[in-house]
Amino acid sequence: MAGAVAEDVKVLGVSLSPFVIRVLIALRLKRVQYELVEVRLAEPKSETLVKSNPVYKKIPVLLHRGKPICESAVIVQYIDEEWTDGGGSSSILPAAPFDRAIARFWAVYIDDKLPALIRAMRPEKEAAKVTELAGQIRQVLGLLEEAFAVCGKGKGFFGGDAVGYLDIALGSCLGWIVALEKGKSVKLLDAEEFPQLAEWADRFLAEESVKGLVPDADEYLKILGVAAVGTSTTAA
Amino acid sequence: MPQTASLHLTNRLHIHIVLESESERERERGARMAEAVVLLDVWVSPFGQRCRIALAEKGVAYEYKEEDLANKSPLLLQANPVHKKIPVLIHDGKPVCESLVIVQYIDEVWSDGAPILPADPYARAQARFWGDFVDKKIYDCGIRLWKLKGEAHQEAKKEFIEILKVLEAELGDRKYFGGDAFGYVDIALVPFFAWFYTYETCGGFSVEAEAPKLVAWGKRCMERESVSQTLYDPLKVYEFVCSLKKKYGIE
Repeated sequence: MAGAVAEDVKVLGVSLSPFVIRVLIALRLKRVQYELVEVRLAEPKSETLVKSNPVYKKIPVLLHRGKPICESAVIVQYIDEEWTDGGGSSSILPAAPFDRAIARFWAVYIDDKLPALIRAMRPEKEAAKVTELAGQIRQVLGLLEEAFAVCGKGKGFFGGDAVGYLDIALGSCLGWIVALEKGKSVKLLDAEEFPQLAEWADRFLAEESVKGLVPDADEYLKILGVAAVGTSTTAA
Repeated sequence: MPQTASLHLTNRLHIHIVLESESERERERGARMAEAVVLLDVWVSPFGQRCRIALAEKGVAYEYKEEDLANKSPLLLQANPVHKKIPVLIHDGKPVCESLVIVQYIDEVWSDGAPILPADPYARAQARFWGDFVDKKIYDCGIRLWKLKGEAHQEAKKEFIEILKVLEAELGDRKYFGGDAFGYVDIALVPFFAWFYTYETCGGFSVEAEAPKLVAWGKRCMERESVSQTLYDPLKVYEFVCSLKKKYGIE
């Protein structure tokens, strides 16, 4: 890769985790070469993982010259601040303090709501509960649809012209969102209800820095134990 | 303000007038600046206190607005429509929400004051990690200490002591969490120092016994005006929690 920076950068994680995906996108944006080290998450957890993240014992962990950084939001900001020059790589967080505060606010909001809702929906078999959870996810997406115009200021991404902090925070969850739509037959990121977000999602997934990092819905469906078939009738 | 030595009478009068109008201008400037920064808050909120401490550390004049959470102001509802919660910092009419987002904003806007986050990216990452840890753990576990009974209470007590020990280990023998300089993690955690009495009384343990270095750190932080002028007496906090318990019908 032209302008790639060779450093001692390892990411402990699994390629399906949205939190890990955030870190990988950020590294790609900064053209930093890295090694993804898959670690054992089931008990007994990988010793490397426990040693480098003793507080939470969770992925992702970024190991830069052997020093660990934990929590995806913290890691992404670290990547943004550590690799600031060369390679024409842009800033992940916006430049102006107020815009940064808005991006951070929405990233906190996403993390407060989305992962828990996704986790709750995954094993849920009862139709009424699935519908309720889908409604809650759509509420979150609704607020982000509104926020998109404010943050993006008419451009293609939350970060403006380029993929930024908030794009990464939400975009990393797209694999799961699409998989749940298929697997549970519900509307989530509905193009009619959220036209801007739907267009943004396509744009995001097609981006150079993102391509291939967000696994296909089929990969997630395997976890759900659903056969990888094409989409059937429109969701409830 | 320069001290006047013994001077010729007319000079003295001239200086007196100059000083008068200078301080008048300063007062006006201060008032204008204060209008530009408004903090929507509730007196006892540790999250609001983080913002107050950060503003004080930077020497930023601001207008404090006490909210009645049972009767939220239209301004609060407009400024934080998503959560309708305090604290909210309104700067030149633009609202910033989430206490640690606000603290980082204050650090970035008033960048000529003493830095809240360190300069080194790795140190900043560690500070953000621990600020986030405090955010995730203390308040929610603390609530369970005074809301719950029986098995659940014992569980909360065990967890809370564990949280204290993790923080104690992280602090180690350092003056502050950031090292020699008072900073982000200190600001994130120190408002809860005034809650230790409540937590240990409701929890049935001693914070000092479990985390002596943390208590010493808290006392050191209280030597800073920004902290001592912001935190309330632990007994007042305890009174507040007792009134909450009564409101929720908890014995």
